[in-house]
Amino acid sequence: DCTWQVKANDRSFHEQPHFMNTKFFCIKESKYANNAIKTYKYNAFSFLPMNLFEQFKRAANFYFLILLILQAIPQISTLAWYTTLFPLLVVLGITAMKDLVDDVARHKMDNEINNRTCEVIKDGRYFTKWKEIQVGDIIRLKKNDFIPADILLLSSSEPNSLCYVETAELDGETNLKFKMALEITHQYLQRENALTTFDGFIECEEPNNRLDKFTGTLFWRNTSFPLDADKILLRGCVIRNTDFCHGMVIFAGADTKIMKNSGKTRFKRTKIDYLMNYMVYTIFVVLILVSAGLAIGHAYWEAQIGNNSWYLYDGEDYTPSYRGFLNFWGYIIILNTMVPISLYVSVEVIRLGQSYFINWDLQITTTLNEQLGQIHYIFSDKTGTLTQNIMTFKKCCINGQIYGEWNTSKGMSLAPEKDPVDFSWNMFADGKLAFYDHYLIEQIHSGKESEVRQFFFLLAVCHTVMVDRIDGQLNYQAASPDEGALVSAARNFGFAFLARTQNTITISELGTERTYDVLAILDFNSDRKRMSIIVRTPEGNIRLYCKGADTVIYERLHQMSPTKQETQDALDIFASETLRTLCLCYKEIEEKEYEEWNKKFMAASIASTNRDEALDKVYEEIEKDLILLGATAIEDKLQDGVPETISKLAKADIKIWVLTGDKKETAENIGFACELLTEDTTICYGEDIKTEEERRMRTQSKRRLEARKEQRQKNFVDLACECSAVICCRVTPKQKAMVVDLVKRYKKAITLAIGDGANDVNMIKTAHIGVGISGQEGMQAVMSSDYSFAQFRYLQRLLLVHGRWSYIRMCKFLRYFFYKNFAFTLVHFWYSFFNGYSAQTAYEDWFITLYNVLYSSLPVLLMGLLDQDVSDKLSLRFPGLYVVGQRDLLFNYKKFFVSLVHGILTSMILFFIPLGAYLQTVGQDGEAPSDYQSFAVTIASALIITVNFQIGLDTSYWTFVNAFSIFGSIALYFGIMFDFHSAGIHVLFPSAFQFTGTASNALRQPYIWLTIILTVAVCLLPVVAIRFLSMTIWPSESDKIQKHRKRLKAEEQWKRRQVFRRGVSSRRSAYAFSHQRGYADLISSGRSIRKKRSPLDAIIADGTAEYRRTVES
Amino acid sequence: MTWSAAARGAHQPDNTAFTQQRLPAWQPLLSASIALPLFFCAGLAFIGLGLGLFYSSNGIKELEYDYTGTAGTGGCSACALADRGRAPPPPCSCAWHFSLAELFPGPVYLYYELTNFYQNNRRYSVSRDDAQLSGLPSALRHPANECAPYQRRASGLPIAPCGAIANSLFNDSFSLWHRRRAGGPYVEVPLDRTGIAWWTDCHVKFRNPPLVNGSLALAFHGTAPPPNWPRPVYALSPDPNNTGFVNQDFVVWMRTAALPTFRKLYARIRQGNYSAGLPRGSYVVNITYNYPVRAFGGRKLVVLSNISWMGGKNPFLGIAYLAVGSLCILVGFVMLVVYIRYQDQNDEDEDEE
Repeated sequence: DCTWQVKANDRSFHEQPHFMNTKFFCIKESKYANNAIKTYKYNAFSFLPMNLFEQFKRAANFYFLILLILQAIPQISTLAWYTTLFPLLVVLGITAMKDLVDDVARHKMDNEINNRTCEVIKDGRYFTKWKEIQVGDIIRLKKNDFIPADILLLSSSEPNSLCYVETAELDGETNLKFKMALEITHQYLQRENALTTFDGFIECEEPNNRLDKFTGTLFWRNTSFPLDADKILLRGCVIRNTDFCHGMVIFAGADTKIMKNSGKTRFKRTKIDYLMNYMVYTIFVVLILVSAGLAIGHAYWEAQIGNNSWYLYDGEDYTPSYRGFLNFWGYIIILNTMVPISLYVSVEVIRLGQSYFINWDLQITTTLNEQLGQIHYIFSDKTGTLTQNIMTFKKCCINGQIYGEWNTSKGMSLAPEKDPVDFSWNMFADGKLAFYDHYLIEQIHSGKESEVRQFFFLLAVCHTVMVDRIDGQLNYQAASPDEGALVSAARNFGFAFLARTQNTITISELGTERTYDVLAILDFNSDRKRMSIIVRTPEGNIRLYCKGADTVIYERLHQMSPTKQETQDALDIFASETLRTLCLCYKEIEEKEYEEWNKKFMAASIASTNRDEALDKVYEEIEKDLILLGATAIEDKLQDGVPETISKLAKADIKIWVLTGDKKETAENIGFACELLTEDTTICYGEDIKTEEERRMRTQSKRRLEARKEQRQKNFVDLACECSAVICCRVTPKQKAMVVDLVKRYKKAITLAIGDGANDVNMIKTAHIGVGISGQEGMQAVMSSDYSFAQFRYLQRLLLVHGRWSYIRMCKFLRYFFYKNFAFTLVHFWYSFFNGYSAQTAYEDWFITLYNVLYSSLPVLLMGLLDQDVSDKLSLRFPGLYVVGQRDLLFNYKKFFVSLVHGILTSMILFFIPLGAYLQTVGQDGEAPSDYQSFAVTIASALIITVNFQIGLDTSYWTFVNAFSIFGSIALYFGIMFDFHSAGIHVLFPSAFQFTGTASNALRQPYIWLTIILTVAVCLLPVVAIRFLSMTIWPSESDKIQKHRKRLKAEEQWKRRQVFRRGVSSRRSAYAFSHQRGYADLISSGRSIRKKRSPLDAIIADGTAEYRRTVES
Repeated sequence: MTWSAAARGAHQPDNTAFTQQRLPAWQPLLSASIALPLFFCAGLAFIGLGLGLFYSSNGIKELEYDYTGTAGTGGCSACALADRGRAPPPPCSCAWHFSLAELFPGPVYLYYELTNFYQNNRRYSVSRDDAQLSGLPSALRHPANECAPYQRRASGLPIAPCGAIANSLFNDSFSLWHRRRAGGPYVEVPLDRTGIAWWTDCHVKFRNPPLVNGSLALAFHGTAPPPNWPRPVYALSPDPNNTGFVNQDFVVWMRTAALPTFRKLYARIRQGNYSAGLPRGSYVVNITYNYPVRAFGGRKLVVLSNISWMGGKNPFLGIAYLAVGSLCILVGFVMLVVYIRYQDQNDEDEDEE
């Protein structure tokens, strides 16, 4: 299936007719995409039609479009056209503006990327823009360049045409990866003119999204060469540590793997969105039923009364039932405001506003805010999220003696001042290690205990770290941060690893350089849990040095090995401090014994089948009777505030699951470190789940993913959810997403996934809410997340403060919104009974037009943006407040119906009190005020005052803006009404403004004001009474806290955090090591031993800084 | 506590009260000290208002007479018999006799009342052209479509004023006669038929079209009156200031009622001897019976009433205020009891915590 054909340096090849695909009728396009990317949706011409089309795809907008069309039919048009058009235009306009701004940003971003430059080699060298690169071009990349397309590595400045890339943006891993060119291209394509004449032909698979797979063949010089992923540099990666390299473009632009991976972002909807939709459907059904009922009423009335009323004659010869049918549509139009047109746009405005607030507080990006108040489960990545991925050498135990406490040189523990050890005597010290035990330094200098020196010598020699030297500075590149930390520690203590060749290693031992022959490296893997190295000293002795997990080392110790018990005690202490431990040991080997073993080793290493197993067996033979030297303790530094955050979230009843690709030991270790697990936690491992029922557990994921899924999955989720914390280790990115999905599916709970690397992207996209940590591991997680910030600990503020507030605000907003529209609309319903069900409105058309847009929108929007029941400090202090969101207490079907009933009752009061007051009455001056227009004005005024005061009652955080908006809305209503009822506007538009003089005539009467006051009072006083009673009898958590706000404020200075007391340490291994397999193969093959390399740290530091800048711009 | 390095620098969020959501705010709590006084005060105030309203409504005197003429009630049944169908019935008069034992304090107002008449029916209430009524010459010749079927006559002449409301103009008329002593002559009580409509209606909303050669009749030339009208709109009244679209009876009728039972002002009695009210004696209201209501089961009433500061007689509001006020006080006591009862309990809860 290799149908993708690329020819080097031949652009015309790719434009042949059979590579053309028909796109539109006759417009043909090459199947090879060019390198310009396009993420924007609209251009200047397509914006209006396409955006409108998109918007009318939404049910609500479409509904209002239909209404607008209905209103245009004269027989059934009961409301003026502008009553629907105006709000609809406002809604569409706001959404269109937002889309426009978003799209402009995308345009800018695309432009910036497409116009980056890159060197192309073609009859010389010249710079070209990214968007002009085409398939088959030969490009030249320099150190720290972003790779513009998926390219085949042809040659590089490094030996064997190695090329180092950082794939952070693709898969989140910051370790450098090396790619290697084909032997033949390495040999022949170093020179520029060779590259210009290169005419290789590649056949490979079609573009796809698998990052780690590639199959293809290069045909050149009449030979074919197989190609695999190791020879491909992917777009989005960065060239590191390689002065320059050349490559041939295979996939460009939209065909590249990163673009194929980006896919369409799934539109996430919140729980409230779904709920809201169902409620709108409910309302819609109610609307149809009510309209139908009223239509039947009209048909009946028409038959009884209307037909006999000569004054109603309208020249049409309709039957009563036909009139009823027409009135059905008339009522659909009149009562349309039951389905709130501005609901969706208001919700969006509120979410946007809340996002800004969150952003202003935390540097977070955007929009499912209220869902943040309903989280049940948090799925967290470990590395980079909980931990900083920085390992520091903290303590060690040598010969039974623990070093690393704050010791002064006198050996007195716990000196009042912590002064770090001075490493200036050591020319190789990197000055980054903070160590406080001066006694250890004395020991090293005095050399009294040979084991101390031996210990650090071991650290300096037994590893697979690679080294660089530039300007006299040593730079280590380690396969895992643990190993790097150990070697750096040895270096600081005077045993600097200086250089290695294929079979030697050079160490500076307290200033004296010595070179050792490396006889064998017995590499690390996760089964062995140890690594050993066999060296020959310059004196000719052969020694084996070994480091590994305490469990495996202790099994292999010599029976007479000293300080076993002391070291074990030290290991326990380290474990209780959640440090990651390794045991160190060594052994002398006789020349003869070595010779014998070496033969077996050689035999095993060339075995063609089961080589790894054979090797393991051989290793086993020599790694025995070891003599224990001591143990190291490394701290996997947590991010700031992780334990506090986790305990806060736990108190808020949020369950935290840690999903990590690490090994069980590492994961468990970190579980203890971040206080997810404590000593009195019962830990259940996945392997033995079957038997017991447990309080807490951790599980091994592979069990879970077996066949016969359904039931097992459910069991797994049920069981896991019983536990207060779950740690899944050894999970792949895909499994992370599956775990999240399982919980989503079986628990119907709101989930949040947080992570920093590209390996978390799946999980982030699957969870209801994805949070990206913008850390060292590139930006992919951030790009696909809904929120992003810099540290895990912001999560507590995000959830407990902003999430909670957003949820409360959104719920209050929705409840009020449904209430206000029902109170408004159903007055028409009650009025129907008194006007022959004739679809007469109870308000002026202009009032209907402006009610949702002007008279009642601002206060509720502001409440949705600004309201807070308790302050942020108190929210953090009482995480229990968060529970309301998880349990959906503030907005659910019950609350929805309560709101509707409240609205219905309000509409009844609003109608029937004025009705009673208007029965056969006359005005102060004897003129009849009981005319339709005065009646409409009375009800409308009472309605506006009621709903605005009601929002005042609902607001618990009155800022001047709220007060201003509430009284402003009422004032605005009266102002606009008096304007619309003024003589001037009638003279200009006599037909459009028919209520001339009503406001001034009606509102002059004290009787009408008394009616309005009574109506408002009857609407609001019961609400006050019910609130007061329920607050007194069943106070909620938040009520109680609000009540004691003052007292709580006074005792604000509570201890931020109690000193965490850990229980007595139990016997458990704290062994943890983050890498799986070292560079031993690479070292023994000798390929990577370069003559010269630039300082790696510097490059990485530079690179990230530069990358940041690029992203920010 | 420090923000991360990424949060620092140019992208440091603004530290303002608004962005950090720390705007100074009043966080009112529905505490007992607010809720209880609110209810007691509101209750007392409402009871006070209710008493005031109730007594002033009770103090209003009202006399009404149903002259529909159903089944031999009074003198109008004869006219009522003639009231058949839609066609304008032949003119007919009848009378309402009543006597006052004491002074009916003034000023007294004369209303007519219709029941079961749906002026608020949508079909009916949109059937008008406000542009035409405001005197726009163009609208005079081209009435709005809403007026159909009273938009144009069969002859094609535009109807002025167009629409069903105008066509159904109430056309009964009343005159009031007073006899001081038995056997004495009946003296006509002067009825003030001006100023019965809102000032804004007669001067802004309703305007006659510009006069042609000083003549209103010429201004309406080329239009036809509504089919039910016996005479054209410019001949509604001999008073040149009270005819055409600004005729007060017409304007009052055109201000449609909110409910199917409604009263409209016919005249004020405030002139001469009657400015203080109607003195005792016997009275007769002569009614010209034109308006057909029996077809749709409506009734016609003539009403004499005086008014108070709060308008006409309607006990509803006073009773409602009294009821709401009493309820407020009752609920206030309930709240007080509950508050006392649960206050202790809550305090205990807290102590336990």
